[in-house]
Amino acid sequence: MHLQVSQVSKSFGEGRDRKLVLQDISFELVSGQFMALVGSSGSGKSTVMRLIAGLERPSEGTIHLDGEQVRRPGSDRGMVFQKYSLYPWLTAAQNVAFGLSLQGRDKTEIRERTAYFLDVVGLADAARLLPQELSGGMQQRVAIARALATEPKVLLLDEPFGALDLQIRESMQEFLHDLWKTTGLTALLITHDIEEALLLAGTVHIMAPRPGRIVHSVDVRLDRSDLRHLRVSQPFLELREELAGRLRSLDGSLL
Amino acid sequence: MVWSPPLRRSFSHPWVLGVLGILTVFVAWWLVTSSGMVDKLFLPGPGAVWLAGSDQFQQGILVADAVASVRRVFLGFMISAGLALPIGIAMGTNRPICHFLEPLMALIRYMPAPAFIPLLIIYFGLEELPKVMLIFIGTFFFNTLMIMDAVKFVPSELVETALTLGGRGLPILTRVVAPFIAPQVLDTYRINMASAWNLVIVAELVAANEGLGKRISLAQRFLRTDEIFVGLIVIGLIGLLIDLGFRFLMRRACSWAN
Repeated sequence: MHLQVSQVSKSFGEGRDRKLVLQDISFELVSGQFMALVGSSGSGKSTVMRLIAGLERPSEGTIHLDGEQVRRPGSDRGMVFQKYSLYPWLTAAQNVAFGLSLQGRDKTEIRERTAYFLDVVGLADAARLLPQELSGGMQQRVAIARALATEPKVLLLDEPFGALDLQIRESMQEFLHDLWKTTGLTALLITHDIEEALLLAGTVHIMAPRPGRIVHSVDVRLDRSDLRHLRVSQPFLELREELAGRLRSLDGSLL
Repeated sequence: MVWSPPLRRSFSHPWVLGVLGILTVFVAWWLVTSSGMVDKLFLPGPGAVWLAGSDQFQQGILVADAVASVRRVFLGFMISAGLALPIGIAMGTNRPICHFLEPLMALIRYMPAPAFIPLLIIYFGLEELPKVMLIFIGTFFFNTLMIMDAVKFVPSELVETALTLGGRGLPILTRVVAPFIAPQVLDTYRINMASAWNLVIVAELVAANEGLGKRISLAQRFLRTDEIFVGLIVIGLIGLLIDLGFRFLMRRACSWAN
């Protein structure tokens, strides 16, 4: 898998209302990589994700997935939204099966894969529950299972834990890290939380707002064998503070 | 008196209070009429109304009237609901269609449906068609615009999720939009059904051979206030039944929305 984002710019609106939201974004993502885009609101990080998902088209530049230009949404790029994305009338299992049944896979296959992916996210017991009967964290795990079930080449996570309580957030971050380790998935995470990005991603891009652009990139080399420990370890805290300082200076330069 | 908690709880149950409200009016009616304060010709008592009702029932008039009115309502409303659904969805999902139709519909919606009666009689005579058409005209635009609104409020995440799962075109409509709006559509129908009932009575007051509204206007001619009350109560009861039917349907079909 090779995702290539080359000199992508995006503006919305026409004429005098035309507003540049992304300027010259370039990066590459390869199989097994976990990458994060961090920025404050207005930095256009969600727009980057929507462009890769094919929900928007770049104004300039190109996005290629395995050599093929991205022109529309497709199941090779699974997406998890911040909230409201489970179908409230379908059970957890039916939600996970949704993409598979859209693709017209046969019933036995759908049943097996649904059971498998519910199990992967630890929700085998919740198969028959409706989203409203699930906690916020469980809902997001169903959404992740649903995105994984169609076997996307890359998983796009748009602030997937942004709406969750802090404690649940932390356990979900650990869950996602374990999931990445066990399944070897390729992920692009959008977040405003530096800690989350540093915990999970091998590569972190810091984005500045107005217009959105990547101003700083770091390869994170930390021992991730124990995330709880990592959160409070000295090298982690130093790195977090350094990046937080960079983000703050970006905000400051706007005042 | 101090009420025991179970008693208080049962009294705060919505059904108990609802029945109590109806009973209050009924008892007041009975008291006023049996005290002889009001001329029976103007306000017949519950007993007289009951007698008039069972009399009509035994003659078969009551059922025939109710069937005639219900049939008109259902026919007109089914056409209205059936057309409003695809057009409302089209308006909610397609901007040009919406821009093309919305001002037109908003305009016609404000024309009182009963004002169309003279035209409908000129065009379609005095048979069933003008009455069915009146119910159609009176409910179609409301149904359509309310369904359009329901479609516009489908969260974009739900549609975009389906797109990123490989969905495209019609399945998005049938498997995302349709189930999401189903509860609102049922509720729209339930609400607009009430205007359909208003209109059928109005239509029958103007011209009809049978029907609950027709019976009321006949009763007026002979100063049979008891029969007017029979008509009013039966209309109310049928309306209530339809309302409950829609609520039941919604609970069964869209349990997720409760």
